[in-house]
Amino acid sequence: METLELLAREAQQAIEQAQDLAALDQVRVEYLGKKGRLTDLLKGLGKLSAEERPAAGAKINEVKEQLQSQINRHRTDLENADLEARLASEALDVTLPGRGEDSGGLHLITHTMERIESFFSRVGYSVEEGPEIEDDYHNFEALNIPSHHPARAMHDTFYVTENTVLRTHTSPVQIRTMKTQEPPIRIICPGRVYRCDSDLTHTPMFHQVEGLVVDRDVSMADLRGTIDQFLKAFFEADLPVRFRPSYFPFTEPSAEVDIQCTNCRGAGCRICKNTGWLEVMGCGMVHPNVFGHCGIDAEKYSGFAFGMGVERLAMLRYGVNDLRLFFDNEIQFLKQF
Amino acid sequence: MKFSESWLREWVSPSIDTAELVAQLTMAGLEVDAVDAVAPAFDGVVVGEIGAVDPHPNADKLRVCQVTGAAGETVQVVCGAPNARQGLKVPFATVGATLPGDMKIRKAKLRDVESFGMLCGQDEIGLGGDGSGLWELPSDAPAGADLRDYLSLNDQLIEVDLTPNRGDCLSIRGLAREVGVLNTVAVAGPSLDPVSATVDDHLPVVLDASAACPRYVGRVIRGVNLAAPSPLWLQEKLRRSGIRSIDPVVDVTNYVMLELGQPMHAFDLATLDGGIRVRMAEQGESLELLDGSKATLNDDTLVIADHQKPLAIAGIMGGKLSAVTADTRDIFLESAYFDPLAIAGRPRNYGLHTDSSHRFERGVDWQLQSLAIERATALLLNIVGGQAGPVTVAESEAHLPRSGEVRLTRRKLQQQLSLSLDAGLVSGMLQRLGLEILAEDEDGWRCRVPSWRFDIAIEVDLIEEVARIYGYNRLPTATISASLPIEVCRETRTGLSLLRQQLVARGYREAITYCFVDPDVQKHLLPDIEGVALANPIASDMSVMRTTLWSGLLPAVRRNLNRQQSRVRIFESGLSFMPEAGGVKQESMIAGAVTGTRLPERWSNPRDLVDFFDIKSDVEALLKQNHVFDQYRFVPAAHPALHPGQCAAIERNGEPVGYIGLLHPRVQKLLDISQPVYVFELALGAVVEGELPAFRGVSRFPEVRRDLAVIVDRDLSASTLCETIREAAGCYLVDLKIFDVYQGKGVEINRKSIAVGLTFRESSRTLTEEEITVAVDQVVSAIKEQHSASLRG
Repeated sequence: METLELLAREAQQAIEQAQDLAALDQVRVEYLGKKGRLTDLLKGLGKLSAEERPAAGAKINEVKEQLQSQINRHRTDLENADLEARLASEALDVTLPGRGEDSGGLHLITHTMERIESFFSRVGYSVEEGPEIEDDYHNFEALNIPSHHPARAMHDTFYVTENTVLRTHTSPVQIRTMKTQEPPIRIICPGRVYRCDSDLTHTPMFHQVEGLVVDRDVSMADLRGTIDQFLKAFFEADLPVRFRPSYFPFTEPSAEVDIQCTNCRGAGCRICKNTGWLEVMGCGMVHPNVFGHCGIDAEKYSGFAFGMGVERLAMLRYGVNDLRLFFDNEIQFLKQF
Repeated sequence: MKFSESWLREWVSPSIDTAELVAQLTMAGLEVDAVDAVAPAFDGVVVGEIGAVDPHPNADKLRVCQVTGAAGETVQVVCGAPNARQGLKVPFATVGATLPGDMKIRKAKLRDVESFGMLCGQDEIGLGGDGSGLWELPSDAPAGADLRDYLSLNDQLIEVDLTPNRGDCLSIRGLAREVGVLNTVAVAGPSLDPVSATVDDHLPVVLDASAACPRYVGRVIRGVNLAAPSPLWLQEKLRRSGIRSIDPVVDVTNYVMLELGQPMHAFDLATLDGGIRVRMAEQGESLELLDGSKATLNDDTLVIADHQKPLAIAGIMGGKLSAVTADTRDIFLESAYFDPLAIAGRPRNYGLHTDSSHRFERGVDWQLQSLAIERATALLLNIVGGQAGPVTVAESEAHLPRSGEVRLTRRKLQQQLSLSLDAGLVSGMLQRLGLEILAEDEDGWRCRVPSWRFDIAIEVDLIEEVARIYGYNRLPTATISASLPIEVCRETRTGLSLLRQQLVARGYREAITYCFVDPDVQKHLLPDIEGVALANPIASDMSVMRTTLWSGLLPAVRRNLNRQQSRVRIFESGLSFMPEAGGVKQESMIAGAVTGTRLPERWSNPRDLVDFFDIKSDVEALLKQNHVFDQYRFVPAAHPALHPGQCAAIERNGEPVGYIGLLHPRVQKLLDISQPVYVFELALGAVVEGELPAFRGVSRFPEVRRDLAVIVDRDLSASTLCETIREAAGCYLVDLKIFDVYQGKGVEINRKSIAVGLTFRESSRTLTEEEITVAVDQVVSAIKEQHSASLRG
């Protein structure tokens, strides 16, 4: 039996020394294979007497099982080591940027307009659009701005022909809507508008969003509430908002809306010309003459309208300091938003 | 309107400071644009009287003056001004004075002669002037008086930006009235008593256009002396309102305009022939104006004429010939009311804008003319002497404005403001605004509108007045409430927003370019279409409306390439403006332009340049949004702006909806763009309408794929080949892919190899080998027959 113990020790050593799966397999074949040395011992049992045989067989089998399980353990270890080595070799620099296209982006003006639209469409306003080459009637006449009215000088109009202009505001869309829809009306009109003016603070094309509400018993309180809530939502801040009497031919009473300067918080700075306030919108109650042009009974209905310059709001919200950047379309600017 | 606070306070002086006054005006709708000190900070400057003047012993240009200044003390001052002379009164900066710019005056020695102070020009104390010498103060200026007190320099210049409806505030009188209302304090102006005539001279006035000029008040003043300049107080008041002093007559008419709001004019009586006729101009009549320009008049323009010739464009500008000059002895004063509609727009037609036209266009108080002429007469007689004739009033009662009556109901007031105001409070406001309350009862008020308010005609005008005086920011606010029915929203309509998102996801950045473009750019893109031109463009390269969005996008691409951005992917949506019979077709478009590498430069991305099929896939992504992609065809086409071999018209059910292609290399060069650009443009209206996706069932049976490599003529389009295959393959074909296209070695020169993958499937069973073979055989024989295709070995 000394041979068995010797063989077992030898085999155990051989297993331990196997450096890889192939070597381990060789060891397995050498000792446990069909022609393996332990198998030979088992074959040699036939030479023993019938009394000795069971005990010797059991012993050999015990050793065989031990070796087999040692081989299995060692195989698992080797396999794990192999896997780990492979994983290590497959490691990437995960800080490298990803492959393929980057996403682009919307223009800041479009983004701002969509944001404004979303505030109003959530509370039941619909979005209306209209032509940009407009006739005199829709751009001026129906808005209570007859020809030769001094207010026309406020508009610096681009003319196409004597009676057609590039719309100076999106208000003609309000006229078109009031002529075709019955109150109650709740709309906003976003779009491009044009004025014949170009300097540091004016571009000849810019964007407006106007709003119109016509219903029974609409009051200035409704207008003030609407504007106040909108501006606070737009700037996500509890900004002081004030209404200043002003003049638009199509509204009466009319107001300019100021917010507390977003730059200095009202302390006074260059941006607000030391007033602490920034003018951001115009608004008012729809003038009865405008209702008259649109066939809406001013005794039965009242309404309010408001309008804002999108560039101005975007500049304040995002701190853009040069209006002209919006239309230079330089990637360097566009990709910031 | 610019004015000095002190002038306003001569009329009305509430006990509030400048800041509060300014805030009050702004919040009443008279927006204050600027507040500036009348004079910069300086002190220690007094009125100095020059006594003896001696030459400087060591300098030709300097003189040594004895100057009497503060406390009657006389000191020696060295002075280089050419107009220093004995008896002159000038600003005198005494030793210890500080001049603007923090300049300290000290005792000094000039070329060995001691000097105790400095004599000043107008510019040296920051009050304008041309730097030509000492500021000559009036001879009655009290020597030794502090100059700031003497000239009332501790004053503020206030500039209000008036809206066009508030012509009534284009005067001190009008502004004072507002301040009086806002503070509930009394307003008192100067006496406007009539000046009695001392001579009989008068000029007959005929109103030939009495609708345009229903009242004309005139007066002759004989024997005026224009040799002396206007008194300092008058010059200063004008200067502080931004008006230059000309001569005493013009200055007085300007003064009355600023004070009362009535523009006036003075003619040299000697130049007038016969009498005054107020008439419409004859078409083509010409008139040399005060500013030296020559106007050719239109017959819509009102003129003041005599019996021979036009003298002035009424309410806008006087004529040169009849103007008052230094030699004028007798003058004829005009104070008229012109209908705003008769003036409005005319100044611009002649390229003019004057203080007078500004007021007449907005409406001048139609009851003011006589008062104004009396005020002007009184001032003139004081300043230039002379004798006044009687006032001539020509008027047409029928054409004068009527005092309007307006009703204000409590119900409407309360409804519009959501506020119930005390009746007494409202009455008080209305009265102080100058409205005469004709009747007041439980329902409301009936008021007469004052002659200076052209902006009050209907009830809401009064509501605005009440709200304005009460204070907009004291009014209540409310949250609007309304019924909110759920509206139908058409799912088959793809919104622009979704299309934009597709492009953004594909790496495009949105651009916004001007709709008016450079005709020189556009003519290369669509040479056969004359774009809609603006009548008054701001620049020649922004003078024509775009007929394609490319006209704006391509210059934007160029700009970026020139700014070291070698990879540009931009798109824009907006209107194009196509001329069409009887007008302009304003059509919503979406367009893109792409140049540079296919993918952003990065370690892992190939450096290949973008090509036609990249941009085509972007367009396909847009067209696939609403489940009708099979309605579209890309048809080889010609477009003047695009490469003839890389251009497709996009059609939907045979109707054109857009173009896609490579910018023609010649056009690219003409537009000075440094590298190839691929562009597309789609008419939004033609692509937004789609269909709901149709459910087709999911097969549990295996699909079978067969690949064919076919050799066809090079000219045969893939879409034609695919159509033939689809038709021949029968109903089991569920997918057809082109997975390879090859031209070159091994394929004849005029032929190409196209490899297609056909996928067959049936939803209810497994297809048999035989069925598939039949289908493939049909395909092979169809393409052989129709396209002389051969199978590749």
